[in-house]
Amino acid sequence: MLPVWFFIGVLLAIYGVIILVMAVLDFNQTTQAVLAEYHPALFGGVLLILLGGFYTFWFWPGRRKKD
Amino acid sequence: MILTVFAAAAPPLAGSRLIFLAPADLLIIVIYFVMVLGIGVYLKRFANTSNDFFMAGREMSAWVAGLSFLSANLGALELMGWAASTYQYGILAAHFYWIAAFPSLAFLGLVMMPIYYASKTHSVPGYLHLRYGEATHALSGISFAVMTILMSGINMYAMAIVMKVVLGWNIHFSIWVSSLTVAAYVALGGLYSAIFNEVLQFFLIWVGVLTVPILGMIEAGGWTGLVAKIHERVQSDQYVHLWSSLGTFSGNPMGVHWTGIALGLGGVIAFGYWTTDFLVIQRAMAAKDLRAARLAPIIAAYFKMMVPLIVILPGLLGLAVLPYRLVPEGEAGHGLHSFNEVLPLMLARYCGPGLLGLGITALIAGFMSGMAGNLSAFATVWTYDIYRPYLCKVGSDAQYVVVGRWCTILGVILSIGAAYFVTQFKSIMDYMQALVSFFIAPLCATVIIGMLWKRATPKGGFWGLLAGTVASVAMFTLVKFNHSYLAIIALSPDAKEMAENLYRSIWSWLICVIVTVVVSLYTTPKPATELQDLVYAYTPIPLEDKLPIYKRPIFWAVGVAVFFAILQYIFW
Repeated sequence: MLPVWFFIGVLLAIYGVIILVMAVLDFNQTTQAVLAEYHPALFGGVLLILLGGFYTFWFWPGRRKKD
Repeated sequence: MILTVFAAAAPPLAGSRLIFLAPADLLIIVIYFVMVLGIGVYLKRFANTSNDFFMAGREMSAWVAGLSFLSANLGALELMGWAASTYQYGILAAHFYWIAAFPSLAFLGLVMMPIYYASKTHSVPGYLHLRYGEATHALSGISFAVMTILMSGINMYAMAIVMKVVLGWNIHFSIWVSSLTVAAYVALGGLYSAIFNEVLQFFLIWVGVLTVPILGMIEAGGWTGLVAKIHERVQSDQYVHLWSSLGTFSGNPMGVHWTGIALGLGGVIAFGYWTTDFLVIQRAMAAKDLRAARLAPIIAAYFKMMVPLIVILPGLLGLAVLPYRLVPEGEAGHGLHSFNEVLPLMLARYCGPGLLGLGITALIAGFMSGMAGNLSAFATVWTYDIYRPYLCKVGSDAQYVVVGRWCTILGVILSIGAAYFVTQFKSIMDYMQALVSFFIAPLCATVIIGMLWKRATPKGGFWGLLAGTVASVAMFTLVKFNHSYLAIIALSPDAKEMAENLYRSIWSWLICVIVTVVVSLYTTPKPATELQDLVYAYTPIPLEDKLPIYKRPIFWAVGVAVFFAILQYIFW
């Protein structure tokens, strides 16, 4: 059985890519969000890709024998 | 009222919703639904026996069982409700995460899980059957099944209302899409699927909401700035102290006394909820061995104590930085937002496209994890505690799995019915929490006495449970009909509704204990041979002295105690 951590990794990585792409596309757009000048989506997207990527890689099917 | 100091009007509602989603946000929500359904389809091949379907094969690691244990409790109603309560009462709401987690979860892990696990029962009503006999078993099994369905329906209805207010979605669309999704993945993969998705949902809830406390603290200027802003707005220190305002009932916005918080919440309600609610116990029972089962609630305790970061802190930040005041639910509308909307409002304040979709997905995930928890527990209790003992005693294992799957579907249909029932009688939602609390306090006494006192008899257990429940209902009814009784039950004329809940629990627990003890002393106890693995004295606890200290549950339980003490000291 695939470990639950693998599914979590895949989902977070996909979300990271979507959020990062949105952050890049909207980088110079004005937005109503408070503190948008900190570009939280940019940081959030990168962090999700790193976190999701780590879980996906570490728990990739066949890489570890048990959860 | 203290909050009237900053009584500026809220901006008019844009249309009839709080938030507008971009296509990327909708894509994130759609991917979430695809993922949870995909997990259900994938896990169906592993859920072949009743042990697989109802107990996830009893092969979950301590981490998976622990996170699932907490996630089943971390519904979106809880997230939004306690953020709203924080806006109303300040940091006092954190007691429901801190003293509500310790010492009860440590006690469950160290003392009670070995007995639940060794008894090899499939449910808490099942344990009551073994310990006290048929009458207590039937009473608890049927009442639990009914409560589960009603709570699932109320969750469903609440989610539909939130989706309507926040996103403008149609109520029927929200109810049917979410319930059919949950039904599909729980019916396919059973408890495997429920647990997997709960762990997934736990991560989503954290990453979805974490933007709010991070950016909120930057905007507020750190903790010092946050405290200064709250003080400026409410002209009071009561909102940022945990204990120092609890010396009197009138000294804090919640209208409670420290004895109510320490004994009623930390003692009776927390013990009652964590140690006897099968919805969460089922997750720990699914652990792969006794050590993992003992560690699961202790791991959950650490994360439970961290949840205020994404629930209590956003509520406090709302109090500090929102440029308009929120109002009680009954006064909302016409440009005014209610307390209950503080979390979505804070999400909308800081999150742009993408992050906003993640935040809304976190709320949906919270609702669905609560619903899935209720459904999987309902299917187990119905199959093991109602269908097998009373309707079909000689069925095959495969037959029970089929019944479990159909029970899940039946549970969803009944939940949808309950959701529409609630739409007709909205006051039922208010009464449901009280209704559940009627059973928790006395049930806690019944189970704990049964585990710790070998002299407790079946008659003592049954009459104690009945007396405690009846006393709780009687106190609730008295206050409903004549509010002046609140001062008697909560021991102060300054007590408010929250104090009534806390003290009612203490009294009903005491009544249950006294009746159980007295009746037990005058009736015949079960022989020791029938109490093996059911009471602490007759349950072999494996020695752990050969394990490294960091693998022992007691080590991590002491860590929870230290963590708890540090938090109390910081926010005293």
